[in-house]
Amino acid sequence: MPGSGAVWRRFPARTGFAHRAPSRYDWEETTGGACLAQASTLVLYRCAAERGAPLFAQQLINGLVTGSTYALIALGYTMVYGVLQLINFAHGEIYMVGAFTGLLLVTVAKLPFPLALLLAMGGTAVLGVTIEFIAYRPLRRSSRLSVLISAIGMSIFVQNVALWIWGPSTRSFLPPFPVTTFTIAGLRTNTLDLLTLLVAVLMMVGLHLLVTRTKLGKAMRAVAQDRETAALMGINVNRTIAFTFAIGSSLAAAAGVMVGMLFNAVTPSMGVMPGLKGFVAAVLGGIGHIPGAMVGGLVLGMAEVLGVALLSSQWRDAVAFAILILVLLYRPSGLLGRRTQEKV
Amino acid sequence: MIDWLDGVLRGFINPYYYGILVTIGINIILALSLNLVTGFTGQLHLGHAAFMAIGAYTAGLLSTKAGFGFAGAVIVAGLVAAVAGVIVGLPTLRLRGDYLAIATLGFGEIVRITLLNLDITGGPFGLRGIPRQTNLPIVILAVLFSFLVLRSLVNSRMGRALIAIREDEVAAQTMGIDTTRLKVTSFTVAAFFAGIAGALFAYWFRYLNPSSFGFMVSIELLAMVVFGGLGNLLGSVLGAGVMTYLPEFLRTVAPAIAERRLVFYGALLVIVMILRPNGLLGTSSEQGWLEIWLARRRSQGAAGRVGSGPGAGSEAPPATGGAGHGPA
Repeated sequence: MPGSGAVWRRFPARTGFAHRAPSRYDWEETTGGACLAQASTLVLYRCAAERGAPLFAQQLINGLVTGSTYALIALGYTMVYGVLQLINFAHGEIYMVGAFTGLLLVTVAKLPFPLALLLAMGGTAVLGVTIEFIAYRPLRRSSRLSVLISAIGMSIFVQNVALWIWGPSTRSFLPPFPVTTFTIAGLRTNTLDLLTLLVAVLMMVGLHLLVTRTKLGKAMRAVAQDRETAALMGINVNRTIAFTFAIGSSLAAAAGVMVGMLFNAVTPSMGVMPGLKGFVAAVLGGIGHIPGAMVGGLVLGMAEVLGVALLSSQWRDAVAFAILILVLLYRPSGLLGRRTQEKV
Repeated sequence: MIDWLDGVLRGFINPYYYGILVTIGINIILALSLNLVTGFTGQLHLGHAAFMAIGAYTAGLLSTKAGFGFAGAVIVAGLVAAVAGVIVGLPTLRLRGDYLAIATLGFGEIVRITLLNLDITGGPFGLRGIPRQTNLPIVILAVLFSFLVLRSLVNSRMGRALIAIREDEVAAQTMGIDTTRLKVTSFTVAAFFAGIAGALFAYWFRYLNPSSFGFMVSIELLAMVVFGGLGNLLGSVLGAGVMTYLPEFLRTVAPAIAERRLVFYGALLVIVMILRPNGLLGTSSEQGWLEIWLARRRSQGAAGRVGSGPGAGSEAPPATGGAGHGPA
């Protein structure tokens, strides 16, 4: 591994075993992919040495749970991008509305949790389709810039309407079921974490089956490949696009409800950061590529945990964007995506 | 000279409107420069507030920590922001447009988080003690300077190349336009002016806080540019003027609406894109529903009113594709 020597030379200087000013060569060896490998080696070593291995593994579990919610959000971005080549900026807001709907159904309507989750997903599916109908469908033939600006406008609109209706304060979202903490192989986890993972895995498996095994899935893939030819083959393109929005939005709602409970907090601005990170995850995995979004979400969740361990928690959000810019620089097609040439 | 002029202006304008005019001027510079990137070059840029922040903090730090004078600090602030523009633009502008939107958004967040976590910038407590040296004549001069520079830029050979990139990037490349170089150049020039605007902002408000340069500021700037007209500099002047003054005006008349203005900005962006993507005074060849509808009414009128009243045009106009949309 090129550059790994630098880790070992730099390591003592940072932990104070030997007081040596870091030489400038330490940084010069750090380029591109080697940088990530180097950083992760460093983190692994620091955590193992200073805080004990379990703590690091513990962090990885947190990364896995957060990452699976990013993956759920990323799927919505990637599916919409696949069929429309559009960044649905309002996706983070759909996630936020999903969290609010779930919270209100559980606390105000006193519905049992699984039903509340399903209804929240259904409600946001309607919202997603409505957004598509109002803000994107009239612009199907417009320039990309117009659609992007419209998407941004929709995102701002939904977020501020939510702020208007629900107020800026953070609402508590206690899980409506007992949460027990237990230890597996020396690692503490709880039923909420496991439920989040379970929900995410179920959704992803369901989505995979939907896309690969059903007629609707086939139509979605056809529209993604070539909208006009799909229309010529008798596929109702508008309906397929609407379904894509519905499915993507309901996945985001599931993520919103789970995250609302994980952090015990629901606010109108909660969609902004996860929305952006979901997009980063989608780009990381290869935008338009469904398994890529799943992998991208998990990798991003882990990378954030590594970033927090290496720097500090204030830099958590910056890590995601640094990853985005690195991906765009070195592998714009993402981890799993294929390089494509723009067609004229 | 400037002091004398300032004295005269202060004699004529009450302090409240004086402050609004300074803010309008600063926003005009920001909107003009954003228009260069988004309106003329067609690249959606969602991190313009970050360049403003870089300029503002550079000027603030230079004046409070390094003892720079006003003019020097403003110019250096512009240059530092321009360098940041090259650094961000070079990797991201090689890619297709929509990545730029996210990359600039991410860049804006990184800048804000960095300012929030550095010690030298005062972190969340902000940077204090900047002298107030911005005044209305200086802002007016800066607005005129940016307007004239940007106008000669967009009317030059380079400006036509930028518009070609906006209209069709692949075709522009085929015509031998070095699209990446030009996109980076326009991005850098925009960053320079945003840096200058930021410095003027710092010397006017005398206190800087990372929260003054958040994502929503970038969105407000975008709304000004879109409303005024993409690809029209006068449009940006108009957009910045109206959208800076309107919240101030509404604050006295209808404070609830002024507070909720982002709801309307969001709706405005969507509606303008659907009805008239050019904004009030835009120049791009794109047409919205409004223009298509008007064009259809006009052609119907010419055809001798074929049995339909004015209500006929209200059915989803673009379904059949109006002029400028090409075959399906």
